[in-house]
Amino acid sequence: MAGETVLALRGVSKRFGAVQALTDIELEVHAGEVVALVGDNGAGKSTLVKAIAGVHQPDEGVIEWQGRPVTIHRPQDAQQLGIATVYQDLALCDNLDVVANLFLGREIRRLGILDEVAMEKRSRGLLDTLSIRIPSVRIPVASLSGGQRQVVAIARALIGSPKVVMLDEPTAALGVEQTAQVLDLVERLREQDHGVILISHNMADVMAVADTVAVLRLGRNNGVFDKRYTNQEEIISAITGATDNAVTRRRARGQEGSQ
Amino acid sequence: MSDHIPGNTPGGEPGRDRVPLPEDSMPTGGVNAPVPVAPEATPAVDPRLIVRQEGIKGYLAEFRRRVSSGELGSLPVVVALIVIWVVFGSLNSSFLSAQNLSNLSQQIVGTGMIALGVVFVLLLGEIDLSVAYVSGLCAALFAVLNVNNGVNQWVALLVALASGAAVGVIHGLFFAKVGVPAFVVTLAGNLGWNGLMLQVLGATGTVNLSGKDIVSRLYTTIYGQQIAAYGAAVIGIALFVIASLVDAARRKAAGVPYRPMTDIVVRTVVLAIIAFLAAYTLNQYKGLPLALLIFLIFIVVLDFVLRRTTYGRKVFALGGNIEGARRAGIDVAWIRISVFSICSTMAAVGGLFLAAQIQSASQTSGGGNLLMNSIAAAVIGGTSLFGGRGKTWSALLGALVIGSIQSGMNIEGLSNAIQFMITGAVLLAAVVVDSLARRTQRAAGRA
Ligand SMILES: Nc1ncnc2c1ncn2[C@@H]1O[C@H](COP(=O)(O)OP(=O)(O)OP(=O)(O)O)[C@@H](O)[C@H]1O
Ligand SMILES: [Mg+2]
Repeated sequence: MAGETVLALRGVSKRFGAVQALTDIELEVHAGEVVALVGDNGAGKSTLVKAIAGVHQPDEGVIEWQGRPVTIHRPQDAQQLGIATVYQDLALCDNLDVVANLFLGREIRRLGILDEVAMEKRSRGLLDTLSIRIPSVRIPVASLSGGQRQVVAIARALIGSPKVVMLDEPTAALGVEQTAQVLDLVERLREQDHGVILISHNMADVMAVADTVAVLRLGRNNGVFDKRYTNQEEIISAITGATDNAVTRRRARGQEGSQ
Repeated sequence: MSDHIPGNTPGGEPGRDRVPLPEDSMPTGGVNAPVPVAPEATPAVDPRLIVRQEGIKGYLAEFRRRVSSGELGSLPVVVALIVIWVVFGSLNSSFLSAQNLSNLSQQIVGTGMIALGVVFVLLLGEIDLSVAYVSGLCAALFAVLNVNNGVNQWVALLVALASGAAVGVIHGLFFAKVGVPAFVVTLAGNLGWNGLMLQVLGATGTVNLSGKDIVSRLYTTIYGQQIAAYGAAVIGIALFVIASLVDAARRKAAGVPYRPMTDIVVRTVVLAIIAFLAAYTLNQYKGLPLALLIFLIFIVVLDFVLRRTTYGRKVFALGGNIEGARRAGIDVAWIRISVFSICSTMAAVGGLFLAAQIQSASQTSGGGNLLMNSIAAAVIGGTSLFGGRGKTWSALLGALVIGSIQSGMNIEGLSNAIQFMITGAVLLAAVVVDSLARRTQRAAGRA
């Protein structure tokens, strides 16, 4: 089902002062694959996403894009490659309205001037498909609810035409219907051969949409599981480290080998 | 916000020339989607949204809602201006005379131009404490080059403006690249540029302008023909009407909310009343001062830059969330450096007008309360000290308030001591209004 490898991390490490946030991380994302990245609080998931997005530079290791090593110095670099990111803290500009936030950094222009009409029209269409009710696309995002802001941040990741979409806890603040829409969206992204990295603490969501589940524990890889051959208990024990032993690793390996 | 909403718009149309995007296809009903939602089942507009009705009643309701949620905009400053004019006008009838108001319109230009640059820096949430002496330095450069060294006036003008831009780039580099807080960089600049200005002026300390040079003429030229002031008013109104109508038509065609006709008419009428009253007053005295016209053109052009270009959008984004702007791919350092450069260039422009006003560049240029007045003008005019909120028009409104206070006190024969205290109190009041508005906005979920 999964296509070529779009994004791969080889031995990526990241240190913050005295904190070794990431150690020797290996991760692969294929076209048309949804990789769920799970782990306890502080496991380093957001740090990993930021390293890929160009917000932090890894201290060691290589990031490969479509098989070639790339350096991602700045967020622009990641955007140009085709990596779109929804950050955990959303990174919206509170004083700007919804339309301005959606198109920030890649505004539609007409004769060099902002084309507000085209942007507004596109924004409405985009927000409608995520079935969110927003009072007006012309109010500052500061006046939106947490979930509405989150949907704006998700919609923003879809404005370009990304090849890989990274969603850092996209449904944390969402209602039932909006969560379903986001999960649908993730599946649509997969159908259209995009790679998706989805971070979530909600195991039901993870099991519902993920193809592969990568577990981080204390900044290290703690197993990569194929969704078809694993279950919630196994992943949870990998997250908590309760069954972090040779037996479980063998089983994971054996399942991978028997694909 | 004040847009009229004609109804639900069909959503989900694909944009133009691009590859199909995920959002283009309908939801396919994933495993966790018990609620199939067709786009048309979800109104884009929240039924709870307070939408302004058309007409005067709508305006009043909207107005009340805005005040209660802290979106005051330029309301406080307009009220303050009216109060100031009424008070001074009743104390002495010569305050509201055509002559005094005409002079006022010329005198505010120097401070106003500097304030215009300060608006840009304030939008970033930063401050520039060097503008006054940068203005003095650039005026001194022009005067010394043109008068003492006989350099061509245009070349001298260009050098003065370019020096302003360069000063700003230096501030910006230290702030954006080295990471020194802006107020420290510009405080050091305030002292350093003052020193350089004294150095440039040399032993004599005062250089008188010839009175025939381009800078003097830009300030002193007044178009006496009746048609000039009225013509400018008509052109301004016409541009406003055309822009409003074109925008409304495009929005209507695209099916997004647009300003209703009554709204456009009301705004145009208000603008026309102000413009023609101003033109009439100016014509009662000598006519339309070129300096005022240039000031207005600067305001309109820079307003356009801020609200209608990607550059302006980036400036606002930085004022709202620096990290967010950086992650959106905005080159934060470049925007910061360029904004400081714009600010210092506008300080140079203001300095030239101030020099023309007193027909000389001297050791006192840029001194006194010019720094406070320029920053106060921007803040009093309604540009937030907290960044991300403001308009170029606040430079005009704020400069008018400060200029009116000064002019009124001069007429009353009050001392500088009292003037300073009153201007200080007005500045404090403006900052209090800004802070309170921000707090109310937070409470009303708008900040
Ligand atoms: N900018 C930073 N400076 C210093 N330490 C940091 C920084 N960002 C993250 N860390 C540290 O790195 C570790 C990993 O943090 P990270 O945000 O990646 O966790 P996470 O897996 O996303 O957790 P959560 O599920 O709570 O979001 C934490 O110990 C955190 O304290
Ligand atoms: Mg996180």
